[in-house]
Amino acid sequence: MSLEMISNSIVMVFISVGVFFLAAGTIGFLRFPDFYTRMHATGKCDTLGIFLSCTGIALYTLQDGLSLANILVSLKIMFIAVFWSLGGPTATHALLKSAFKAGILPWTKDGKAVIEWPPK
Amino acid sequence: MDKFFLTISLILSFLALISLYRAIFGPTVVDRVIGVGVVGTKTLIILLLIGFLYKRMDMFVDISLVYAILNFIAVLIFAKYFVRKGVL
Repeated sequence: MSLEMISNSIVMVFISVGVFFLAAGTIGFLRFPDFYTRMHATGKCDTLGIFLSCTGIALYTLQDGLSLANILVSLKIMFIAVFWSLGGPTATHALLKSAFKAGILPWTKDGKAVIEWPPK
Repeated sequence: MDKFFLTISLILSFLALISLYRAIFGPTVVDRVIGVGVVGTKTLIILLLIGFLYKRMDMFVDISLVYAILNFIAVLIFAKYFVRKGVL
């Protein structure tokens, strides 16, 4: 077991878990019954999936050697991850709120609305 | 390691392809918007992995950053439009 092998396996675990979360989000996005539950699946899994994948990619960038350029590139990748962790939930929240105001009813088992419509 | 990145890119491309189903046949307009957003988040990771395959990480990381910002702004603008106009 060399050092490179160990760090390669850490990178592989990070990226694989991230892709697992992205796949779970996509399956939930395809299978859930209405718009709000679909947003729930994608908004959560995409955030964690992107954060883990970007962490793995940034670790692999640092393996070429700790030069200034490599550190800058991996900092930029981590900036993408942090930006998407803040921006993804914000976009999800804004779209969900606008869909609620525009009058899409949440899904129920018997098709009747649980809440008063329009909301006060 | 190149083989691993290529496999992950193929899996992500397949996921983006099946999320296009909602973007095309989605029952409401908001479903289509969020479908495009999901494809965008997959593309963000695929672009970073392509940077490794071409050995030009310094260039592709900027493209990925711009893609993330554009995706975020697109969803926000759609949300604002739907509040004002109602869902089509």
